[in-house]
Amino acid sequence: MGKHAGAPDKLIVSGKRLDGRKFNELRPLTIKAGVIPNADGSCSLQLGETQVLVGVYGPREVFPRHMTIQDRAALECIYGMAAFSTSDRARPGPSRRSTEISKVIADALAPAIMLEKYPRTKIDVYIEVMNANAGTRTAAITAAAVALADAGIEMRDLVASVAAGKIEDELVLDLFEPEDNYGEADMPLAMMPRKKDITLLQMDGNLSPEEIKKLIEMSMKACEEIYEAQKAALKEKYKVSSESVEEEAEDGAA
Amino acid sequence: MEQLKAHIIALLEKGKRHDGRDAMDYREVSVENNPIPRANGSARVKMGNTEVIVGVKLDVDVPFPDTPEEGILMVNAELMPMSNPDFEPGPPRAEAIELSRVVDRGIRESSCIDFGKLCIKPKEKVWVVFVDIYPINDDGNLLDASALAAITALKNTVFPKYDEKEDAVLYKELTKKKMELEFIPILTTFGKVGGHLFADFDLLEQHSMDARLSISCLPDGGIAAMQKGGFGTFTEEEILNLVDLAVIKGKEIRKLIK
Amino acid sequence: MSEKLYVADRAIVIPGELIAEGIEFLPSGKAFRDGDKIYASTIGMVSVKGRVVKVIPLTGRYMPRKGDIVIGKITAVLAGGWSVDVNSAYAADLPLAEGTSEFIPRGADLSRFFDLNDYVFAEITNVTETKFVKLSASRRPYRRLKGGILIGISPVKIPRVIGKQGSMVKMIKDASGCDVVVGQNGWIWIKGTPETEAKVEAIIKKIEREAHMKGLTDKIKAMLEAKE
Repeated sequence: MGKHAGAPDKLIVSGKRLDGRKFNELRPLTIKAGVIPNADGSCSLQLGETQVLVGVYGPREVFPRHMTIQDRAALECIYGMAAFSTSDRARPGPSRRSTEISKVIADALAPAIMLEKYPRTKIDVYIEVMNANAGTRTAAITAAAVALADAGIEMRDLVASVAAGKIEDELVLDLFEPEDNYGEADMPLAMMPRKKDITLLQMDGNLSPEEIKKLIEMSMKACEEIYEAQKAALKEKYKVSSESVEEEAEDGAA
Repeated sequence: MEQLKAHIIALLEKGKRHDGRDAMDYREVSVENNPIPRANGSARVKMGNTEVIVGVKLDVDVPFPDTPEEGILMVNAELMPMSNPDFEPGPPRAEAIELSRVVDRGIRESSCIDFGKLCIKPKEKVWVVFVDIYPINDDGNLLDASALAAITALKNTVFPKYDEKEDAVLYKELTKKKMELEFIPILTTFGKVGGHLFADFDLLEQHSMDARLSISCLPDGGIAAMQKGGFGTFTEEEILNLVDLAVIKGKEIRKLIK
Repeated sequence: MSEKLYVADRAIVIPGELIAEGIEFLPSGKAFRDGDKIYASTIGMVSVKGRVVKVIPLTGRYMPRKGDIVIGKITAVLAGGWSVDVNSAYAADLPLAEGTSEFIPRGADLSRFFDLNDYVFAEITNVTETKFVKLSASRRPYRRLKGGILIGISPVKIPRVIGKQGSMVKMIKDASGCDVVVGQNGWIWIKGTPETEAKVEAIIKKIEREAHMKGLTDKIKAMLEAKE
C-alpha cells in the first residue's frame, strides 16, 4: 500500500501507536446489555470510537417461510452501517461488503448457539454500526454474543472477537482507523473462550506464517480479556434478579 | 386488540391513559447532544421508551437547477428492525418515507434554515445537509421523537472544512461555523380513538387508535406544517383545538433543547 | 477423579460458564454436560441440591412445556378446532374435542365457542419433540376469557406475580376486585373496571421491574390500598 493524501507520516512514533497505545493494547471497551426494550435481547458496545448496537429477536416464527429448517432454528444476521457512521456519508441499505460481513458474522456465532433446541423457528440478529472507527465486524460479533445471551437463547459459550494486524512491520492488536487504512495487514478473529475454538478468521494483506501464528495468539489472548468484559456486562444487568428467583427456587411455586 | 381499544377508550373517558398519564401529557423526554463523533451534528432523544438517534452529515454538491443559489436538505429515515418486532429489513417503505417527509417539511417549511446561506458558489457548489433518522426502540410516536432529534442534531451541526480547489470536504478538519437555525420548530403529534384526543401515544395506543395529527409549530405560535395519518377522521373543531395545544406543548418541548 | 463445584449456590452464571466437574453431578434446567464438566447454557441462577446442579433461567422467551397453564389468543378458527398463539415461536392447537366441556357436534360453527382474537385459559396437554403443541380447555378452571385486557411480561417473572402459594396474585385480586388469570407463558388477563384494570396493570409492571428488590410485597400492598 502506498501513501495516499491524508496518510499520516508514521503509524508508530517512539514505540507507541498514534493514539498512545502499546502494541498489544485494546482500546477502551464499554459493553451494556439490555438497551432495547422491544428486543428479546440487545447490546450496545463501544470500542474506542467504534459504536455498535445489536438487537436480537427470537426464537420466533420463521419469516420468510422458506427459511424454515425442520430440526433447528434458522439464524440470520444483518449488519448495516448508519449513514452518519462514517466520514463520507454511507448510503443506507445493503452493500456487497455489508452482505458478506453479515454472513461471516452468522458463521462466527452459529457454532455457539444451540440451534437444535429451537426447531422450525428463526433467530434474527440485527447489527447497526452507529459510529465507525475500524474493527466494526469484530465489535459486532462481541456485542451480538452478549445480545443473544441477553435474549436467553441457549448457547454453548459466548463468542469474543477482535482484529489484529501489521503496521510498519510491527504486529499490533485492535487496529483503529489510520492503522486499518494504511497498515500492511488486518486479521479479524473470533473465538469461543471455553475450548478456544475459532469461529471467525479473515485476513487481507501480507503476512508470513510466523506472523500469523503470533497474531492468532495475540488475538486469542485479547479475546479472553474481551470475554471478561462480556461476562461483567451480563452479570451487571442480571445481578439483582437473583433475590426474586430465590423465592421461587425455595417453594417451587408455579 | 378490540378489548385493548375498548379499555383505552374507557380510560380516556375519564381523561386518563393506561400508564397513568393525563390525556395530553408527554412521557419523560430527554435529549442528549452529539453522541456520534463521525456525524457533523447528532442527537439522541428519548420519549418514554421510544428512542431515536439522528445524525447530520454535510457534503458539497451541485445545486438543483431550479434553486441554483440554495443548499439542499435531504431527510431519510431507516425503520431499523431491531427497534420493533414488526419492522422488516429492506428499503424504506411507506411508513419510513412518510416519517422522513413529515420531519423534512417541519424543518423546511418553517424556514428555520436560510438555504441561501448554504450556497458556496451559485449554480456550481452548495452544501447538502443529510439528516438520517434511526429509531433504536419504537414505543410509539416516532414522529415527535425523530423531529426533536433532527432539529437538535441540526442545531449541533458544525461545518467541516471545504477545500474549494480540490473540491473535497475535509471531514477531519472542523471549522468554527455552526449551522444557523433562526428558531426551533417543534413537531407535536396527537392521536384519536373513540372520539378522544391524546398526545404522545405509546405503541399500544398507536396500534389501537383511529387517526393521528402531527403539527409543526414555531416559537411565535405560527404553524409550519401539518399531517394527518390513519384511516380515521378529525372534525374541524378537533383540528383547531389541537393546533392550539400544539403551540402550548411545543413551547414545553422546545425548552429541552440546550 | 475430581468432584468440584466452581460456583456458589445462588450465583449468577452466563452461557458457557463452568459450574461443576464430576460424573456424579446431574445437570438440570439450563445446564448441560460436556465431558465430565457441567456448564450453564443461558444466563441463570445456580441452584445446587445434593447431586443436582440446576440453572434457573433469568431471561428468555416462553417455550411451551407439557403441563403448563397458559393464556392463549385464537388466531384461526378451523374445521377441527382452533389455532392458538401462546406467546411463543410455536403455535398451539386446541382440538375441537378439547375446546369446552360442552359437546360440540360436527359441523357446528366453532366461532360460537372461540372466535378470532378471543382469549382462552388452557392447559398444555402435549408437546412433541418437534414442538407441536396441544391444548385443552375442556375441564375447569379452563375456559374462554371474555372482555378484560391482556398484558405480557417476561415469563421468568411470572412466579413473582403468583407469589408463594399464590399469595401475591390473591392479594392483587382481593384488593382490586379484579379477576386476574396468570399464564405461565407470560400473559396475564385482567378484568374489572377500566380504572382497576389500569391499576392492576401498573402493579404487575412494577413487579416485573422490581422483582429483585426486597420489600416488594409491602410496596405492592401500599399501591393496592392507595385511593385514587
